Amino acid sequence: MNRSTIILLKSLTWAACLWPLALLVYGAVTNTLGADPTAKITFTTGYTTLLLLILSLGVTPVRSLSPRLSWLVRFRRLLGLFAFFYGTLHLLTYVALYAGFDIHAMLADIEKRRFITMGVIAWLLLVPLAATSTNWSIRKLGGKRWNRLHKLVYLAAICGVIHYWWQVKPGVLSPLRLTIVLAVLLFARPVLAYIQRRKNPVTA
Amino acid sequence: MLIGKPPDIPSSAITSKHKYLNRRRFLRGALSTAVVAGASGAAIERAAEVLSPRTAVHADTKLDTIKSPLSTTGEQLTSLEDITHYNNFYEFGVDKGDPAQNAGVLPTRPWTVKVDGLVKQPKTFDIEALLKLRPLEERIYRHRCVEAWSMVVPWVGYSLSEFIKACDPLSKAKYVQFLSYYNHKVEKWASESTIYWPYSEGLRMDEAMNPLALLTFGLYGEVLPNQDGAPIRIVLPWKYGFKSAKSIVEVRFLDKQPPTTWNDMAANEYGFYSNVNPNVDHPRWSQKTERRIGLPFYAQRRQTLMFNGYGEQVASLYTGMDLKRNY
Repeated sequence: MNRSTIILLKSLTWAACLWPLALLVYGAVTNTLGADPTAKITFTTGYTTLLLLILSLGVTPVRSLSPRLSWLVRFRRLLGLFAFFYGTLHLLTYVALYAGFDIHAMLADIEKRRFITMGVIAWLLLVPLAATSTNWSIRKLGGKRWNRLHKLVYLAAICGVIHYWWQVKPGVLSPLRLTIVLAVLLFARPVLAYIQRRKNPVTA
Repeated sequence: MLIGKPPDIPSSAITSKHKYLNRRRFLRGALSTAVVAGASGAAIERAAEVLSPRTAVHADTKLDTIKSPLSTTGEQLTSLEDITHYNNFYEFGVDKGDPAQNAGVLPTRPWTVKVDGLVKQPKTFDIEALLKLRPLEERIYRHRCVEAWSMVVPWVGYSLSEFIKACDPLSKAKYVQFLSYYNHKVEKWASESTIYWPYSEGLRMDEAMNPLALLTFGLYGEVLPNQDGAPIRIVLPWKYGFKSAKSIVEVRFLDKQPPTTWNDMAANEYGFYSNVNPNVDHPRWSQKTERRIGLPFYAQRRQTLMFNGYGEQVASLYTGMDLKRNY
């Protein structure tokens, strides 16, 4: 993969990641966000967060399928940071359009409503990951420690999906698809590691 | 030789209802961006109304209505587009836009409503007979969903009490149950949730006899669109929307409280009474405020009123009851 192809692919990734936000901004300006704009903004930002988190989690398993896919890792940080970006927008939507910037209402919600508690936990888990996303941080922390810290992304994704399930009405199955994809990705890791170990038992 | 004069306006030049409604929304958006800050949502609505009045939306399914003193005044009506494209009707899919897409398959004619249980004589009403039972009234009601959004809908119908009188219930009857149409071959989307069908709702008899409870056949002066519960539903403006059963095929009079769908699914979230009450939160969100449908995102939020603002007519039904316990 040469440099110019990577630049082109990165630009396309940027455009794709910004697309949901562009649609929301366009919709807000032209008032075409549908019947319930608040709900639309909340759903779009939340769903995009989970989607990008899951995509970023998919990078490593997909990459290990073939050495020729190793360049994919150069997109993981971008996807992860955009996931954090949408997660933050999602949180701000709640703060502004649901809680009306009322700190007491927010604290009461976090205490009383488990789906909000879980959502806040998921976002808090992403904060240290976003903060240590620079090359400098990797050097500073050392690869091993950095890797261990960034395992938190699994926990964040799991919390995010639980947040989604707890938000929908009992009996509604809309979060099922994302849950299945996440479960497959979580199982892929140990399975792929096992296969790797069988292939070359000397290493590791 | 031409027989008959072609119409002055080719039908291709007539704006479709859909486009017309979209144009209204665009205009509203354009106006709201033009004024940016300062103007209230209501003012924008009024300006859009002047520039593009809501007139030609009525089609060939018009119902004759009379005015009603029970109609709510001073509220901006939610657009027909939003009332018909933002629906919870899980038999046709769980997304808000699904019923508008899928409910076309609901066979609304012929249609009968079976009446049984504690009545002098079980009987079956034909929909055409029910349409003529009493004069149809236009009743504008606020509609508050348990999900904390709200609309203002100009329904068409008459008081449920008139229908109940025609059913001749026995004095032993303390509750009334409404069952919705269900056919898994027609409503293929019903399996998107784990709900046990058919949809069931119920009321205490005195609640059902309150004049505000509306047996509903239409909205915006036309017969009900399928996604809004055609051809016959109830509307209970002081209760959360899910209490207002749609597409009713059977009415039962009982001496015990009937099982009701959402109460069965999650009793801690959806009580049997489910009166609109800003002081009793849903376990997962506050009910103090609501989002009015069809307004820009910054203008949606408003206070929720006790009994959705209908306390004067219905509060006496619940005197002496602990409404926190009986949510």
